[in-house]
Amino acid sequence: MTETQHHGPIVVLSGGLSHERDVSLRSGRRVAQALRDQGREVIESDLNAGLVELIGGLTDPVVFPLLHGGVGEDGGLQQVLKLLDVAYVGSTPAAARRSFNKAIAGPLVAQAGIATPKAVALPHDMFRELGAAALVAAIGERLGFPLMVKPARSGSALGCTVVHSAAELPAAMVGAYSYGDVAVVEEFISGTEVAVGVVVLDGEPAALPAVEIRPQSGVYDYTARYTAGETRFIVPAEVSDEIAAACASLAITAHQVLGLGTLSRADIIVRPDGEPVFLEVNSSPGMTETSLFPQAVEAAGTDFGVLCAALVDAAWAAHQR
Amino acid sequence: MSLPEPSRRDTRLDHYVDTYAERTHGLQVSAVRALFAVANRPEVVSLAGGMPNIADLPRVELGASMDRLIQERGVQAMQYGAGQGELFMREHITEVMAEEQVHAHPDDVVVTCGSQQALDLVTRIFIDPGDVILAEGPSYVGALGTFHAYQAQVVHVGMDAEGIEPEALRQAVVSLRAAGKRVKFLYTIPNFQNPTGVTQSIQRRQAIVAVAKEHDLLIIEDNPYGLLTLEGQPMPALRSMDADNVIYLGSFSKTFAPGFRIGWALAPHAVREKLTLAQEAATLAPPVFSQFAISTYLEEFDWRGQIVAFRDMYRARRDAMLAGLAEHMPEGSTWTTPNGGFFVWVTLPEGLDSQAMLPRAVSARVAYTPGTAFYADGLGSRNMRLSFCFPTPERILEGTRRLGEVISAELEMNRTFGIDPGAARHHDLHTGPAPDIS
Repeated sequence: MTETQHHGPIVVLSGGLSHERDVSLRSGRRVAQALRDQGREVIESDLNAGLVELIGGLTDPVVFPLLHGGVGEDGGLQQVLKLLDVAYVGSTPAAARRSFNKAIAGPLVAQAGIATPKAVALPHDMFRELGAAALVAAIGERLGFPLMVKPARSGSALGCTVVHSAAELPAAMVGAYSYGDVAVVEEFISGTEVAVGVVVLDGEPAALPAVEIRPQSGVYDYTARYTAGETRFIVPAEVSDEIAAACASLAITAHQVLGLGTLSRADIIVRPDGEPVFLEVNSSPGMTETSLFPQAVEAAGTDFGVLCAALVDAAWAAHQR
Repeated sequence: MSLPEPSRRDTRLDHYVDTYAERTHGLQVSAVRALFAVANRPEVVSLAGGMPNIADLPRVELGASMDRLIQERGVQAMQYGAGQGELFMREHITEVMAEEQVHAHPDDVVVTCGSQQALDLVTRIFIDPGDVILAEGPSYVGALGTFHAYQAQVVHVGMDAEGIEPEALRQAVVSLRAAGKRVKFLYTIPNFQNPTGVTQSIQRRQAIVAVAKEHDLLIIEDNPYGLLTLEGQPMPALRSMDADNVIYLGSFSKTFAPGFRIGWALAPHAVREKLTLAQEAATLAPPVFSQFAISTYLEEFDWRGQIVAFRDMYRARRDAMLAGLAEHMPEGSTWTTPNGGFFVWVTLPEGLDSQAMLPRAVSARVAYTPGTAFYADGLGSRNMRLSFCFPTPERILEGTRRLGEVISAELEMNRTFGIDPGAARHHDLHTGPAPDIS
């Protein structure tokens, strides 16, 4: 690792204008501190009009984006960083775009033979043009209840609703469309909720221990995610070695199928029969004090700061090639 | 980098999760609060917060004045002080209160860390868990938070365009006490109420004071905005009508600057004694340097003239908001017309839910405070509070334009999905639209 160590400034990017700005700011602060603890030079910045000038004025910078949602995760920022020819931690613009859009990522992962929920992605215009009543009825018939309704491009469970009957579906759709123009309606999968982080440092993806999520309220919503004490986390998950291996394999396959870069986190439900079902993948996973990825890193016996620094070094080394 | 075999860890990420006091439960991160993080970005027109605009204060002269204060009186100004507050501060406070016909002795004033702390101290000395506090429906979100912290039960009393309805107040007191509830006090904001902007008429004030006296109900009068009247003269305070049964809370946060964190409580003698002891237990003393600074400001600057300047500035912003609302709000929307203060209370067309709509608004770069924040019982889903105090008139106009588009889009979405206009989107049957008081 030493010969490829990056010695320049690291720009930790957080904030932005997405609905997850607050989460992003917390992720950014945590990663920035972890990198400073490793003796790295860190500049923290919001995603704003001064960013291009800031990066342009630095010698050999590496950008570490901790933006969740919006242009930080949909490939837009990555496109700009490519254009500026600057090293950054994360995925290519195309991979970020693929993984962020649940309507695209799900089918791609399913094509690789991974179990995914039956789902349909619908722009709100579709309901207006075809008539909501007929479509809502068709969704109910095709997928059955309960259903999960979520925005196609959002995170942190924002805009997500579990729907138990056709009568609840319209309101849930409107709730999801408050976050974007496309909503995904999928069959609700019950089982053990786990998340598996993937890191790629030496060319080969490695799965971190699965984190099992047991929200006190029963629902892993925004409050359960970001209020310490509201959710019980078990790392590694209390599943058999066989299931744990299947989850790890699923996360790595999803990472590879979507062409993701040096890190990702797959969200998985393990059915009562032991089959893991892929829900979604995050190319810029949360790094807050209550986030899953850092817990998995620490459970693996790796210092979080050491891993962040290694991700920076990997990005720097890749940029040199 | 190789990853070693892990050992299992079972955690809720909070070692003290089973140790907290019961009143701490419910202190949680919320998605709505998180959305406000976006509102702080300059691209967003925030009509959500209640920050006063203090950019026009004479900062250069204030700087020189503070410089002299530190050099000449810094040894006292940076020392511990009296729990009740410094005498010179309390004397100045009585001068300020006289502007609203409140005549009081400095001995009956307790200086606090903003009027928010006065509210906290009053609640602390009067409320046991389960006690009832009556408040306007809707009421100030910061007060509801304090009441919740002391495990009070807040019961809202209906209001109309003239404030709390006296008969509703009477019925609430009688029925609650008949049910065995301990009704401790009425919390009210008579002037330019937060969040509605409604001001109690003189007749209404007299009636409220009379009902409270008749039923031996203490009144907590919170009056942070009283001097910021935009039409006519300040109204007489409730305290001016009944010195024995009203605890009056005041603040310099809106008439000067909130950063000094100086407010006060004016209370009958026995209550004042307890407030002082409670203050000493909480902080030893209110901020001494801030008391010196504010007293210096009151002595050396034309503070009355500054309030007139504030009024002119806020009037232009209120007028911009009312003009923007008239131009851009879809049919079916109504709103209040405040004669002062910072806020307009909007009632949305039927079927809309301001909290559910907030993400759409934030995407459109405009923010507001959903009405449910101002109720302890889940009402207010059809309402929103708009603040005109901080953005410029041009930004306020732009904000109302964006808001109009957001509401129209949400209405269109509801029409598409055939959502019943008479039904709120909350799943809880006890929630729904609040009364239209505009």
